[in-house]
Parts: sequence; structure tokens; C-alpha cells
Amino acid sequence: MSQFTINLLFVGASFALYFGIAIWARAGSTKEFYVAGGGVHPVMNGMATAADWMSAASFISMAGLIAAGGYANSTFLMGWTGGYVLLAMLLAPYLRKFGKFTVPDFIGDRFYSRTARLVAVACLIAASVTYVIGQMTGAGVAFSRFLEVDNNTGLMIAAVVVFFYAVLGGMKGITYTQVAQYCVLIVAYTIPAVFISLQLTDTFIPAIGLFSDHTASGMPLLQKLDEVVRELGFQDYTADVDNKLNMVLFTLSLMIGTAGLPHVIIRFFTVPKVADARWSAGWALVFIALLYLTAPAVASMARLNLMTTIYPDGPNQEAIAYADRPDWIQTWEQTGLIKYEDKNGDGRVQFYNDTPAFEAEATARGWAGNELDVNRDILVLANPEIANLPSWVIGLIAAGGLAAALSTAAGLLLAISSAVSHDLIKGSINPDITEKGELLAARISMFVAILVATYLGMNPPGFAAQVVALAFGIAAASIFPALMMGIFSKRINNKGAIAGMLAGLLSTLVYIFTYLGWFFIPGTNTLANTPDNWLLGVSPLSFGAIGAVINFAVAFIVSNMTDDVPEEIQELVESVRYPKGAGGAIDH
Amino acid sequence: MSDHTQNQENYWKANVRLIFGCLIVWALVSYGFGILLRPMLAGIEVGGTDLGFWFAQQGSIISFIILVFFYAWRMNALDKEYGLEE
Repeated sequence: MSQFTINLLFVGASFALYFGIAIWARAGSTKEFYVAGGGVHPVMNGMATAADWMSAASFISMAGLIAAGGYANSTFLMGWTGGYVLLAMLLAPYLRKFGKFTVPDFIGDRFYSRTARLVAVACLIAASVTYVIGQMTGAGVAFSRFLEVDNNTGLMIAAVVVFFYAVLGGMKGITYTQVAQYCVLIVAYTIPAVFISLQLTDTFIPAIGLFSDHTASGMPLLQKLDEVVRELGFQDYTADVDNKLNMVLFTLSLMIGTAGLPHVIIRFFTVPKVADARWSAGWALVFIALLYLTAPAVASMARLNLMTTIYPDGPNQEAIAYADRPDWIQTWEQTGLIKYEDKNGDGRVQFYNDTPAFEAEATARGWAGNELDVNRDILVLANPEIANLPSWVIGLIAAGGLAAALSTAAGLLLAISSAVSHDLIKGSINPDITEKGELLAARISMFVAILVATYLGMNPPGFAAQVVALAFGIAAASIFPALMMGIFSKRINNKGAIAGMLAGLLSTLVYIFTYLGWFFIPGTNTLANTPDNWLLGVSPLSFGAIGAVINFAVAFIVSNMTDDVPEEIQELVESVRYPKGAGGAIDH
Repeated sequence: MSDHTQNQENYWKANVRLIFGCLIVWALVSYGFGILLRPMLAGIEVGGTDLGFWFAQQGSIISFIILVFFYAWRMNALDKEYGLEE
């Protein structure tokens, strides 16, 4: 059987499963559509949350980022898991007790202001739409690579699939589909990692293999890797970072942003009880950790494998001849994601860090520049091929990557559609809308959101990485602080909350745009995006945490200068703090 | 909710204390051991590198899981203790 047929089988079978679930779990009421009727078991909800959360970025890109950056990129591992601690303790149980459908619902009620609710809707839509573009693009790439269609066709297939089960099933359909998608993606991620860990370290568990001895050399794996990359002019894999302030702030921004992303928060509205919301956060983290503990092992092992492929006799010997390169390099060369240029004309593949510091040594070895360009996003997808694993593992990776992208896209689309139909239409424009009408509005807004996301996925504005940073920045600087203050303070009033959200949002946007271009239009940035231009060495991607601090400070000052919070709102705050009398999620 | 009592007040204070304690550990394992204190832990070797590296790529995540489950378990017990469970 050809690789293409195998890929088709794996992807086809997983899709048939998702469709089956969507038909079985059709949503009949708005409550089922928005919060799955509030009856999802915490373990199931944890699994669905994990699939919702782990996007194409976690599945496909993260290991590549860590492989390239080594210790410095541990920020992604800590940042994207640590947010769940904040979520579990500072938000999830109280928002579940509050018992409505959406994040703007809470902000609008707690700050007794339609303006506050609209600001929250705007923040939510901005964060979710930017995020969903990345997912659609990721799904498009995976489809085009594994189903051998062009990128736009791949994207269109992705849109149709998501549309079908998200629009039909709502939160109920999405939840059960996500459980299935989690199983697919975690199996797909783990199996190749286990094989590779066995090959390199004789250890069954990748996370332990990472700290074990490298069988071929007898040295600890990480020491071996440090030695190999150092030999080729790269920084040590485990090297410490100089700019610790930026590393701390970047990690903090990712954590606060994670806790503030609406599509993750609404998952905690779907469990039966407040106590379940707490457990559910724990289970979500367990299921996420299964991938996140494996990812650093995948990263370092793949990097070492790549180096050994290029320098079979060790980095101080001759590189591999281009004619002898393995099949997987040839396959990926066709996609343009691996590029080779024989700069010194010796027919060999010199792959090293082309910096002035290494120039003397490179010249001495007769090298005329780095000759191989490997896109770091292909690392996880190419991993089974690099390690010579059987072809069914490659089919599995295809299904897993698609599951990761589609599950996150569906969760985001649901968050967008509920914000539009519930908060915008029912909450502001037409409060008398019937339940049937609201359900229809929710489905239509989801359809529109998919169209927009597909269009933007086909015509990417060329800023995929920055866009994700923007989503986290917005969530960290606007949504998280407003929710937390709404629960933990009775003093913050409507004016304080609105001023805080706007101050956090605007300061973050201005800082990001200053370095990355206004509205991301290339060339319009006020200052060059280099470390010596950054204020106190804080990168634009790390600014979300500072935006959050600004939000807190402004809200506090403004609230203290203006009126007290009305009695009934203080009682509302009291009521979300105590689990007693929660009941199901209620409509209003 | 005009029946706001001393009992509820105490429950909320206990919750805030618990969160505070958990967040200190949360910050210590990630920002502390994983980032800022890494040079101090450089002497403790773990599999070819140091303890700080292990915390940054493994230990912090494992600690987060323990923290969230510990919090859920303690809070669910507190709910019952103060008679505020559902």
C-alpha cells in the first residue's frame, strides 16, 4: 500500500468517527449548544479541554521551537501549562457557580454595564479570530502535505469538516468529538516518541529518556547534544539565558493569556458542579501534560537525529553527500520546507550556524556558508520519517495533527458564535429573541466565522507567529484581569473595569504594533524589533503581563475615585464565592 | 444573600489563604527553580544537565498538576467543613 493510501485511511477513519459523534450528539436547545447542557463528567471535560487547548501550535510547532531554542524555549512548556493553575484557583469554580453561558455574560452582570459587556465581546472576538486563523492555516498545511492536494483545497476541506460538526452539534457535539480527537492526537504524538526514545536511549518513556544516557555514545543524551551542536557553532542546547526578566515576563504572559482565553474558560461551564470545575482543571492539565512532558524529549532527540543524519561520522568529520541524503529530505524538499544549496561546490551538505564567531573555523574546514535550511515546523511531522518508522506511524501523525488543529478551531468558533448570538444579539440588539431564533443566530454566526477564518487562512496577512502573540496579549491584558477582579474584589466598579480593560488592551496593542508594524502592515513599525530597542529588554511578545498589571492598576485607581459598587452587585460577588446553591447553567 | 455570615467570611478567607500558598509554590517551581534560581541549582546534576533545566522542562509541569489536584481536594473538603457544598 502506498503512503498516500495509508494516510487517506487514517485521516478518513478519524473523520468518520468525528462525524458519527456529531450526529449522535446533536444540540437541540441553546443550553446544549452553548454549554452541552452542563452535564459533562469532569474527566471527559478535562480531555475535551486538553484537545480544545492543544492546537496545531502545540502539536506541530512547539517541539520544533524547543529543538531550535533549547532551554530558552522552555517558556512555552511552563507558560502553556502554568495558566491552568491560575484558571483552577482564580477563575473556573466561581464562573461555574455564576452559571451563565459566556465570558461577557459575567463581565456585563458583574460590572452592571452594557459597555463593559461590549468591550469584553470585542476583546473576545479579537483574540479568538486571530487565533483561529492560525488553526485553519495549520490544518490546510497538514491536509496539503498528507492528502497531496494544494493548500487552498486542504483549507476548504478543513472548513467543511469543522462546519459540519461544530454547527450541528454545538458545545455538546464539540465536547464528545474533542474527546475522540484527544485520543487520536495523544496516541499519534506518543508512539513515534516512544520508538525514538527506545532507539536513542533504550528507555521506554521519552520524558525519562531525555535525561538518560545516549546508547550509541554512552554519554548523557543532553551532554551529547550540547557537544554536537557546539561543534557546529550553535549555542549549547542547555545553555542558560541572559535576559531573565524577559524570560519571566514571556512565561507570565503565556500563563495569564492561557487563563484568559475565552474558548478555554467556557469549557468549565459545561460540568455539573463547582467541585467538578476544580477537578476538571486538574484532569485537563494531566491530559495536556501527557503531551507537554513528551515534547521536550521529542525536541532534543529529533535535533540529535537530524545532526547525526547530516554528520553520520560525527560533527568533526565530513558531512553527508547530497546524493546520499535520505528519502525524507527529498520528500520535504518537494514542499520547499527543506532547502539545499551547495555553496562550496563539494556536493556535501554542510549544516552549521553561520555566524561571524564561527567563521574562522568554517573557513578552515572549507565551508562557504550554511547549505541546509530546515523549517522548524516540519520537525514533528517528519519525525517518524527521520527515525525510519513504519509508514502507518506517518498516517497516524497526519490524523493527529489534523485532530489538534480541528478541535481547537471548533472550540474557538463556538466561543465566537456564542459571543455574537448570545452577547451581541440577545444581550444588546434584540433581547426578545426566541430560543429557536437564538440557536439559528448562533449557527449563522458560526458559519460566518468559518468563512472569515477560511478567507484569512487562504490570504494570510503574513504574520502567523505575531498573530498568536496578539491573541495571548489581548487575553492576558484585558479578559483575565477583569474576570479576576470581578471575583476577588467588591470594590472594582463599572468605570474602573472598563477603564482597566481599555488601558490594558491599548497599551499592549501599542507596544506590539510599535515593534511589529501598525496593524501588522510590514514596514510601518516605529522601532526596529531588536532587543536593544525594547523597553528594559521586554520583547513585544512578553508585554501581555505588563498590560495585565496596567489593567489592574487603572481599574483600582479609577474605582477608588468613583462610586461604590451597588449593594446587589456586592451580593452577586458574594454568591459566586460560595458553591452552595449553584444548580445547572441558567438562561436569563 | 443577605444571610451573609461570619461562617462564609471565614470560608472565603481560608480559600484565599490556600490560593496564596499554592501560588507561592507555583511561582517557586517555574519562575524560581526553572528560571531565576537556575544558576544556584547548577551544582545539582540531573541526566547530563542541572536541576534547573529539569524543572523548566519537566518538574514545573508535574508540580502544577499536583497543585491543582491538591487545591481541588482541599477546597472540596472546606466546602463540606463550612457546610457550603452543593
